[in-house]
Amino acid sequence: MAPTTEKLQAVVYQVRRDIVRMVHGCQSGHPGGSLGCTELLVALYHEVMTHNPAFEADGIGEDLFFLSNGHISPVWYSVLAHAGYFPKAELGTFRKLNSRVQGHPATHEGLPGIRVASGSLGQGISVAIGAAQAKKLNHDDKLVYVLTGDGELQEGQNWEAIMYAAHNKVNNLVLIVDYNGQQIDGPVDKINTLGNLRAKMEAFGWNVLEQAKGNDLEAIIGSLTEAKALLAETKPVVILLKTEMGNGVDFMMNSHKWHGIAPNDEQLAAALAQNPETLGDY
Amino acid sequence: MKKYTFTEKKDTRSGFGVAMAELGASNPKVVALCADLIGSLKLGDFQKQFPDRFFQIGIAEANMMGIAAGLTIGGYIPFTGTFANFSTGRVYDQIRQSIAYSGKNVKICASHAGLTLGEDGATHQILEDIGMMKMLPHMTVINPCDFNQTRAATLAIADYHGPVYLRFGRPVVPIFTERDQEFIVGKAWMVNEGTDVSIFATGHLVWEAILAGEILAEQGIDAEIINIHTIKPLDDEAVLRSVAKTRCLVSAEEHQIAGGLGDSIANLLARKTPAPQEYIGVNDSFGESGTPEQLMDKYKLNAAAIVEAAKRAIARK
Repeated sequence: MAPTTEKLQAVVYQVRRDIVRMVHGCQSGHPGGSLGCTELLVALYHEVMTHNPAFEADGIGEDLFFLSNGHISPVWYSVLAHAGYFPKAELGTFRKLNSRVQGHPATHEGLPGIRVASGSLGQGISVAIGAAQAKKLNHDDKLVYVLTGDGELQEGQNWEAIMYAAHNKVNNLVLIVDYNGQQIDGPVDKINTLGNLRAKMEAFGWNVLEQAKGNDLEAIIGSLTEAKALLAETKPVVILLKTEMGNGVDFMMNSHKWHGIAPNDEQLAAALAQNPETLGDY
Repeated sequence: MKKYTFTEKKDTRSGFGVAMAELGASNPKVVALCADLIGSLKLGDFQKQFPDRFFQIGIAEANMMGIAAGLTIGGYIPFTGTFANFSTGRVYDQIRQSIAYSGKNVKICASHAGLTLGEDGATHQILEDIGMMKMLPHMTVINPCDFNQTRAATLAIADYHGPVYLRFGRPVVPIFTERDQEFIVGKAWMVNEGTDVSIFATGHLVWEAILAGEILAEQGIDAEIINIHTIKPLDDEAVLRSVAKTRCLVSAEEHQIAGGLGDSIANLLARKTPAPQEYIGVNDSFGESGTPEQLMDKYKLNAAAIVEAAKRAIARK
């Protein structure tokens, strides 16, 4: 493991611990998708993006990240806290009364790092496009990243946005699809299949990257680097990131079961035993 | 009764279009978004003069609301333009989450509101938009009465931070307010002082209220007429002051009775000083095809209906 990757892996372990502890602490929330996207968010915030933890909402001169599938908020909160956006002690208030760390990401309570509320699915790509077009008006050459779930692509607004982004050559936008193949009621292919998603995105005018190792830090960083280079072609870029829901906690993997339920005390202990405390628990 | 005259009729949407072109020149942060209705929204001048700040979204209103929210991140002041139906009901959740809850400085500008859309019929004649929008926390709701007031309102909301729903319409109506009027969000406009009954009107019904006031004056009834261009936040003080004097009222709007201006006033009065109230509005029904005049007559949204309502209100004192 390269020294950078080793450093990031330490963050990954700690973020996984935070996720299961947060969800356990309030006995609600979404651990599966959060764990599945841990490596991605750690790579973005701790390696790839230029960003400012002092936080200014307009984000001028910074790369921006939007989380469309807001239910995987635990991973985002933990990554933001470890990046210095707010005290990690606040992670303990997740989903509790009078907290800035809401069940789904919100701006209303003023949590640094969040620029728009999300949770009702399908809205994030549109917002990211708007932010990307604002960057162009501002002659700001930084990029906008947006993450959506794969099941979330069943929402029609995504396709309005996907069509628009290609037509308007929004080539400062990178869409990442959390391609874990699962949604609440079961496998995406059984519920309402996305079919050939690569072909769909290409037909809509996007450049498409596929990354089969969506939980491998080096592979993720490689895809994000490739995406940046591809943006020169004036098309927006999508990365179909094959992630494993529940990654890093063995009993949460290979199933949609852990989409939205919390571990009990025993399960928490088992999950923590698999992930060493590297940066200090909140 | 104070005398109101007009020399010209214009559509309120044209007041919006004129103001947008002015804002394009005066405020470099103002951007406009449109969902395939440039002509209907009178956004052609803005589009021609400021092409870099004009976003043609196509027939995709949900995407438009999201893009508008995103454009605020970076400091822009987006004005979205489409029909009132597609500005509200079609995109309620996008407005709720990405704009209102997120506190985004987006101006949702909505034309062809209400029955006066006319011949297109009920699919397009939204009569629930004020209710939907005023229920959203943080949302300001404005419904100006003529071309000049719509122009003034459009200019004013560019400098008013926060999400705004600006509602206007398609038919040509008398221009009876001053071109360079001061428009203060949330401040009602006294049209005529009177003592017998208060008529609180909004949008196209303000001119009808003036006509009603003239008829009532001929019959010896002294009506106070107030233009409530801002439905939320409501000018509580203006309503309470007027009703303290007249002790009865009529609310008049081109909207469902349920959830509209009348309900906002009734809510205030119920808590402070209950008074007999008559509603001019559409009573739990969809619209239909017809000319604007025919529809306003059939659904009793005109001066004659306001006169009768005023008499009923007075009789209940």
